[in-house]
Amino acid sequence: MALYSEKVMEHFRCPRNVGVIENADGIGEVGNAKCGDIMKMYLKIDNDIITDVKFETFGCGSAIASSSMATELIKGKPVSEALALTNKAVAEALDGLPEVKMHCSVLAEEAIKNAIEDYYAKRKEK
Amino acid sequence: MIYADNAATTKLSRTALNAMLPFLEELYGNPSSLYAFGQKAKDAVELARENIARCMGCSPREIIFTSGGSEADNQAILSAAAIGRKRGKTHIISDTIEHHAVLHTLKKLEKEGFEVTYLPVDKNGLVRAADVAAAIKDSTCLVTIMYANNEIGTIEPIKEIGELCRKRGVLFHTDAVQAVGHLPINVENDNIDMLSASAHKFHGPKGTGFLYAKKGVALQNLIEGGAQERGKRAGTENVAGIVGMAASLSEAVENMESTSKKLTALRDRIIKGLSQISHSALNGDERMRLPSNVNFCFEGIEGESLLLLLDDKGICASSGSACTSGSLDPSHVLLSIGRVHDVAHGSLRLSIGEDITEEQADYIIKAVGEVVSHLRGFSPVWRDLISGKREFIL
Ligand SMILES: Cc1ncc(COP(=O)(O)O)c(C=O)c1O
Ligand SMILES: [Zn+2]
Repeated sequence: MALYSEKVMEHFRCPRNVGVIENADGIGEVGNAKCGDIMKMYLKIDNDIITDVKFETFGCGSAIASSSMATELIKGKPVSEALALTNKAVAEALDGLPEVKMHCSVLAEEAIKNAIEDYYAKRKEK
Repeated sequence: MIYADNAATTKLSRTALNAMLPFLEELYGNPSSLYAFGQKAKDAVELARENIARCMGCSPREIIFTSGGSEADNQAILSAAAIGRKRGKTHIISDTIEHHAVLHTLKKLEKEGFEVTYLPVDKNGLVRAADVAAAIKDSTCLVTIMYANNEIGTIEPIKEIGELCRKRGVLFHTDAVQAVGHLPINVENDNIDMLSASAHKFHGPKGTGFLYAKKGVALQNLIEGGAQERGKRAGTENVAGIVGMAASLSEAVENMESTSKKLTALRDRIIKGLSQISHSALNGDERMRLPSNVNFCFEGIEGESLLLLLDDKGICASSGSACTSGSLDPSHVLLSIGRVHDVAHGSLRLSIGEDITEEQADYIIKAVGEVVSHLRGFSPVWRDLISGKREFIL
């Protein structure tokens, strides 16, 4: 059996929403080079709706596929829904991840939460 | 498919397979049985022992068959430790880039009260013989240094280390799993007391290997039972495996010069090609290097994703990245040669085999270049590096 599901491989091979958003409303970066996975999420938010999302990932197949899937799951959704996204939901949407690779999907959840926090912090400043 | 992971395992040679087949079919007797049918199997095992001894420059009585490299490493080290303990000597010298079969055995001995000195290696992975000499004490019972490293391909100064161990009266073991069948080895000339080897690294079958132990070195059993292997390793012999191992080793030794010449040229071609990738670095020594080994770090990317995309392009390779191993730390070998975590995660090991063509070598260079630039294209680390927010290491 292959290490990853077909769905993981599909997102890994052709990740959706890669890149950066200039003047993003919220940016989240999690992970570090020590553990081997780094994820950065950029959000465009309009009227509490995530109108655009982009990501950059340094990491393994699971990390890249998780970030790609996570962006798909929150795009066009209200911020409250994005905040409620769990790594389990990301993993399920990918038809599962190997047990030792679940920690990489946690990063996707955290990166989104981080970016939304950044959005709230920036809004307060204004 | 281009199989470039020969350090992990190799394809069984046709010669080895043909030598094995009779013992998997009609000649299935037990070597310990006294009737002629059993003795045929026994004769084959003993002939294999003679052939292997000839390839290593020792006497057949000094070869013990094992289930592979790991078992040979365990038995060699635990035997030397038992000899040492009897004489009140409980200090062992090794280095930081050994295979886990050696490192974990040493850890076990540390728990039992042994003191182990792990010598550092230089930036190319070389152990300095002078460091070994300086570390030897009256209580030293064993020096164990690998012949060639499985990740970065560095060949250690074995003959020199062996010579000084012999002068100081200390047992010397070498894990030669990556070297046997690939480098010219003569245990007498190289001053080796114990040596571990594994058949599947030189086109023999998996699950079989041997331990060379110089006459007079008392071996301890790992497995108790029957009197096979002169009482040093119980269990009915893996007859077909042993016969296949001898056949593949004889073949490898016979062709060593030409294989080595061909591989070295293609290895250097790939190294030259991959050096063109910006912010990359070769791991290991340029000259003291296994003919099959290429190992690079590429800054700004992670190794597992590199391997998966190479797999898509039909290339089988390996990496010292953490996410391939399930632990969070990258390879202890890369960390030992001074690669920091950031860079060690982005490593690639190619270990080529004699079937490789020049076209395939060029295809590998091209494919690696494409994959590296694809992954850098959406790496936040790479963005920080090129925008100057983070400093390049390589
Ligand atoms: C240097 C080294 N030592 C020991 C081993 C273990 O050999 P085996 O798989 O035959 O137990 C290997 C194989 O990966 C190796 O490369
Ligand atoms: Zn990961």
